[in-house]
Amino acid sequence: MDTPLIPEGAKRCSFGLFLLWLLPWLAILAWGGLAAGLCLIKGLNQTNMSNIFAFAVWIIFDLGVIALGAGAFFTGFLTYVIGKKELKNIINAAVIIGFICYSGATAMLGIDIGQPIRGWFIFWHANIHSMLVEVSFCITCYLGVLIVEFVPIILENRKLDEVKELHVFGHNLHHVMGVIAATGTFLSFFHQGSLGGMFGVLYGRPFAAREGFYIWPWTFFLFVLSAIAAGPCFTILCTKLTEKLSRKKLVPDNAYQLLAKISGWMLTLYMILKIADTFGWIYGVAPRAGLKFMDFYREGPYGVWMVVAEIFICGIIPAIILMSPKLRQQQRWLISACLLNCTGVILNRFAFIIVTLAIPVMPFDRFWSYLPTWQEWGVGLAVIAYGFVVFSLAYRYLPVFPKENELNPVPE
Amino acid sequence: MTPLSFEWIWNIEYIIFFGLLYTALTIVGACVGIAVFKTVLQVFGFVRDRHF
Repeated sequence: MDTPLIPEGAKRCSFGLFLLWLLPWLAILAWGGLAAGLCLIKGLNQTNMSNIFAFAVWIIFDLGVIALGAGAFFTGFLTYVIGKKELKNIINAAVIIGFICYSGATAMLGIDIGQPIRGWFIFWHANIHSMLVEVSFCITCYLGVLIVEFVPIILENRKLDEVKELHVFGHNLHHVMGVIAATGTFLSFFHQGSLGGMFGVLYGRPFAAREGFYIWPWTFFLFVLSAIAAGPCFTILCTKLTEKLSRKKLVPDNAYQLLAKISGWMLTLYMILKIADTFGWIYGVAPRAGLKFMDFYREGPYGVWMVVAEIFICGIIPAIILMSPKLRQQQRWLISACLLNCTGVILNRFAFIIVTLAIPVMPFDRFWSYLPTWQEWGVGLAVIAYGFVVFSLAYRYLPVFPKENELNPVPE
Repeated sequence: MTPLSFEWIWNIEYIIFFGLLYTALTIVGACVGIAVFKTVLQVFGFVRDRHF
């Protein structure tokens, strides 16, 4: 039925089977749509957010997907600016994943701000001393960059490519991609950093507050590093999942290995700085605020296990695996390392968002708990479903993997 | 916000913050503009491209 739209020489499942695959994701999207509608019509009373938890599960999803979507800017930087040619075989997938992550996060923020009709206020009446303003500016501008990067991939669709004007336009966009990728790197660097900086300047919350360099707390640099360490791993995971589901080899191993090696170096550097930062926090920031390390974990379900899980299990172990050529060449080790790395960055964002707000600050304060409502889960999970739908459509109708036909020759 | 807005203050922070923002937007806009311009020239036959 849709054969003329499928890339030339590529083999895809039947249209019926494809619709069946999309069905559960569309159902989750419908749930998210209903939840979003309720929040927009009735207000944020549909959520369990409060004056204590102004940042909640949506912000965890947001910061999580934005960190994982960093594969787009970092792979783009390595491909177009540094000139790593091997990555041209995976850059399209990285761009699409980045587009999904950033557009999903922006849509969710539209619900989160409560009155999206006034969303433009942050741009027009900007408070330039706010980290959040820098984040908003850079995220929306970078989403624009990702759209510009995604357009040539869409224009390579078999039917669209037959239109001469679109073909020429896509070709000309490819010519300027280096400059666009460099601008995207600049924008992405600053919003990843400002997301971290936002927590670092919470001086009234010693769990998150940090000292730093000039106007940037150390969390600014740690968030950038953790995102560029985890982003490429997420790109590898998504591509490996597509290979598993399509039962095809889509990307040559040298592209995976290069991305994994660079990710390993970045993760190692991040771990060294993170450990130094943790000691600085335990012996510097906390005592100056009149607290001891264990005071942060007096109540509630969060404990030292979180620090161990984040730094040792989801940090040092994947860094060792990714740095070792022998280990990362084995698929199970590579996938385990990527999974641990991505889990680590989510755990880090969770700690900075939820634990920061939940634990008591004053002696008379108490531990605050928070559980999301079904509406909050609906909107959050809809972003994941949206990702599956968009990536499935892109894989089916666009030449996402340039080496697909070469790696999967059709028997004569 | 632009320098014409009433909230605008002529100090270094505003100039750096908005200067960088508008520079980034100009670069992206110019790149897309160049791609569109080249496409129009090529489609109407003013410039020949070896790609065809």
